[in-house]
Amino acid sequence: MTSMTTIPTSSSAPLTNALRSRRLPVWALVAIGVAAAVLAVLLFKVAGLMDGGWVLTLVGAVLIFLIGLSVISSVVEGRRAARNRVATSLIYSAFVLALVPLVSVVITLLNKGRTRLDGTFFNNSMRNITAFDSGGGAYHAIVGTLEQAGIATLITVPLGVAGAIYIVEYGRGRLANTIRFFVDVMTGIPSIVAGLFILAFWVLIVSPHLSSTHQPFNSGFAAALALFVLMLPTVTRSTEEMLRLVPASLREGSFALGIAKWKTIMRIVIPTALPGIVTGIMLAVARAAGETAPVLLVAGGTPNRNFNPFEGNQESLSVYIYDQAAAATKYGPPRAWTAALTLVALVLLLTVVAKLLSRRTKLNQK
Amino acid sequence: MKLQRHGILAGLALTATFALAACGSDNNTTPPANAGGGSSSASNPIACASGTLNAAGSTAQQNAINEWVKDYQTSCSGANIVYTGNGSGAGQQAFISGTADFAGSDSALTAADQPKADARCKTGPAIHLPMAVGPIAVVYNVQGVTNLQLKPATLAKIFAGKITTWNDAAIKADNPSATLPSTKILTVHRSDSSGTSDNFTKYLGTVDAADWTFGHDKTWKGPGGDAEKGSDGIASLLGKTDGAIGYVEWSFAQADSLNVAKVGNGAGEFATLDGDSAGKTIASAKTTGSGDDMQLSIDYNTTAAGAYPIVLVTYEIVCEKGNDATKLPLLKDFLSYTASTGGQQAITKVGYAPLPDSVRAKVASTVSNLS
Amino acid sequence: MSQPSFPGSAEAASAASADSPNDLTVQDDTRAVDIPRHRSGGRGPVAPMGGGGALPPKRRFGAESVFRWFTTGAGTIVLVIIVAIAIFLIVKAVPAIKADKANFLTHFEWFPNDPTDPKFGIASLAFGTVFSSAIALVLAVPVALGIALCLSHYAHKRLANGLGFLIDLLAAVPSIVFGLWGRDYLVDPVRQLSGWLHKYFGWIPLFGSDGPYGKSILLGSLVLAIMVLPIVTSLSREVFRQTPGMNEEAALALGATKWEMIRMAVIPYGRPGLIASVMLGLGRALGETIALALTLGGGWAVGSDIIHDGGNSIAANIANGFGEANDIGRGALIASGLVLFAITLIVNMIARAIVYRRREFIGSAV
Repeated sequence: MTSMTTIPTSSSAPLTNALRSRRLPVWALVAIGVAAAVLAVLLFKVAGLMDGGWVLTLVGAVLIFLIGLSVISSVVEGRRAARNRVATSLIYSAFVLALVPLVSVVITLLNKGRTRLDGTFFNNSMRNITAFDSGGGAYHAIVGTLEQAGIATLITVPLGVAGAIYIVEYGRGRLANTIRFFVDVMTGIPSIVAGLFILAFWVLIVSPHLSSTHQPFNSGFAAALALFVLMLPTVTRSTEEMLRLVPASLREGSFALGIAKWKTIMRIVIPTALPGIVTGIMLAVARAAGETAPVLLVAGGTPNRNFNPFEGNQESLSVYIYDQAAAATKYGPPRAWTAALTLVALVLLLTVVAKLLSRRTKLNQK
Repeated sequence: MKLQRHGILAGLALTATFALAACGSDNNTTPPANAGGGSSSASNPIACASGTLNAAGSTAQQNAINEWVKDYQTSCSGANIVYTGNGSGAGQQAFISGTADFAGSDSALTAADQPKADARCKTGPAIHLPMAVGPIAVVYNVQGVTNLQLKPATLAKIFAGKITTWNDAAIKADNPSATLPSTKILTVHRSDSSGTSDNFTKYLGTVDAADWTFGHDKTWKGPGGDAEKGSDGIASLLGKTDGAIGYVEWSFAQADSLNVAKVGNGAGEFATLDGDSAGKTIASAKTTGSGDDMQLSIDYNTTAAGAYPIVLVTYEIVCEKGNDATKLPLLKDFLSYTASTGGQQAITKVGYAPLPDSVRAKVASTVSNLS
Repeated sequence: MSQPSFPGSAEAASAASADSPNDLTVQDDTRAVDIPRHRSGGRGPVAPMGGGGALPPKRRFGAESVFRWFTTGAGTIVLVIIVAIAIFLIVKAVPAIKADKANFLTHFEWFPNDPTDPKFGIASLAFGTVFSSAIALVLAVPVALGIALCLSHYAHKRLANGLGFLIDLLAAVPSIVFGLWGRDYLVDPVRQLSGWLHKYFGWIPLFGSDGPYGKSILLGSLVLAIMVLPIVTSLSREVFRQTPGMNEEAALALGATKWEMIRMAVIPYGRPGLIASVMLGLGRALGETIALALTLGGGWAVGSDIIHDGGNSIAANIANGFGEANDIGRGALIASGLVLFAITLIVNMIARAIVYRRREFIGSAV
């Protein structure tokens, strides 16, 4: 027996199998679940403890289940197994708990968004349509969002990823630490401050030199610059973490074959980390596409089409939502919700495409 | 290879953008079902200039400007007028920095900002033109009460938190025939700063200085109550909350079919809110300002019979001289339309009251002299 | 691993690292890279026979140095932008703070637009920002990590992909939609919950208020938590997925339960990444503008109570005040942005201090 006691799980009960401890059968789990549910209903619903409604009953049932499970499991299976079971249940219930609001948001979006999901919406702008008119569309806003977010992504991704490569692969000492620190700080810049910064720097100082009349002007490009300021820290920070997670053995293997460092990074490190990097980029794109304040400030918004991102007011979906949601009529809010649905669908589509493209190069180490 | 793949992605995105660019249109040709009728009527002096005009400012006049822009652009397809409703302050700042050709504002430029605006206009001062007048509606949601009347003092006490239930004696005195419940009063105000809050609190402070001691500001200074962002926020809460009372621009009350209270005026009667009754208050307003610069000062205690006293005047801030030569024709033509009788009539159906004719005529003549 | 290893021993080194990957740091890794340059190993020039010839001499303007300079430049751009933003903020903020008739740091109210008597102070706003973000993180992070673990280690792969898709969908929902959803749908449940909390837990200062309920810090924090959730989940899921399979298998082979394996192998390996994802979430929470402007009740009160109507934050106040701000008002809002900047700075310093203190235990890349 002395050699057996080193296996903690076997110490509590006589063993039928030296390697496997006793496990709770599935029916026991179901029984605990049913008992917890009945008890919760009796306590909160029937006896009315703490004004119990269905929500409280449900929460109570889960709590009772967890307590019951941990007690019974630790008696039968031992403490380690009991912990494992409780942790597993907690992880699953965290999941279910989070799904409730998330599903509610999605259902609201789908439900309210489908009202104006028609051809007019995708083929027309808002020119000559006021808040008191039906019809009208978000076509100009979709184009604006694509152009602004597209330009911002084109600027951000090379710079952000390269910055992360510097921090992880090349940087040492004070500069790298400082950069890393300020990338974190940059994540907290409120979007309107980024907009004000671009307004002061680009629209008021640079843009007069670009116009024939020397007047400052709004443009989609200015909005893209503001979005760039907002996206950069997210891309850099997430890429940095993903690069760090690439096992050193992969790099060493490459170096050992005499491959230059830059080539190792581009061919081995980046492809390995690519799915994670893409996740970070798409999070940044999603956030940028949903920004209202900076776009309103430096691109102005317009009911008309404007395909030229470098001159003149331009609309974006988020500005469109902001505008229409605040309208005093029955026509505005449905347009806003449909635009929100469109924006989500658009970003999601891009995310899926990006993930599919990045998955093929994934060097899975598992 | 990876780069190629990203190239493909970028290519796809570009192609999609161009494909989109090819299929959509700006022309909402089929005449949309307009809530209030609306293409340009015969009396509009639209000469049709073309070009692009950028304006920004007050959200309180956004519906009026959009209506005018629609009328103007329907007649003149070569014109592009863009109004960004991002707030009076933002509009003023955009005007000063030069990104906006004119600004819409609920309040006059401050003494500190006026010189900067003048400097932006190079050769001439920046002037205020009263253009759209919007009544502010007192809206409420009380079960079983549809015809609420409130004296100014009662209104001030409610928002000051001195009257807390709907069956308070003061409200009963104003509404002898109504059956008032004992519901708690929930006052609702704007959480964002706005000219509407400023005007409403200015009104409260003018008509009942004894009860409303909080002064006026664009940010709500009163005690307690619930705060909502934007008039749409207030309207949305009012629609579903029993016992609530708030203030919104008239168009929001109309759009959401909210109950609008009759408000007592200086003549001692309860005035229903409509274009006529609001117009009577404005007719009694005095103009201040020097030269072509016109500011209206509203008499909230107006004794004119049937006048609805809570109104908000919004201005266009423009350069009297020194306008960009390429924009001037469009600016003048558009503003002379908005200051015409036809233009003023066009916005009555979206919740505004027309300017009194004497004021309108002066604005129109100032507009024709812009250079 | 700290001495430069010979190219020939790379395989042995990586084999050793597989046993204890947690000891493998990226710093070690970069040292390994120096091998080709230093050529300090015992390996002298060898005749070009077979594959293992002499390493080429370092070129001064090769692809390697171009790449290196590019990444360094990209990293430096972050610093340049952040310094530019800081200068911009300070330049705009100072005149407004000078015009302030009240103490900027201790005054509670915010009325900067008064032409004769501008009075504004950051105290209540700063408190609201930190308070609401902290509550949001406390609510969101455990749930987010639970979901991430569920997706990476518990759920069936197909299911995990589908649910991961749902989470990505939420990352794409623009904040104004969360704000409208919170304002129109979440407010009633929160009102009921607030009443319930006060009735049974009113002795806790957090739930001390007797109403009115609804648009409170609780509502704002819940909405923030739901918004932060997808960010933390997406990134930490990627981090968890990157745990080397060997670490997990080693833990399981030693008899660990699944939960013990996660605690011993998965979480320590990913801890820096987890902290990064939480910091990104925090950045979003601190800087969130429109959703809080729609869900917080406003006002300038400061207290430990979270269920009473009210609450304000720096970013929400910027959104609420910006439109009607005059010159001083705008400067005052920028000054508040500067304070938010400083708050982010301090929070990041604290987080960094925690990570550094733990570094010796984690051993892995920090």
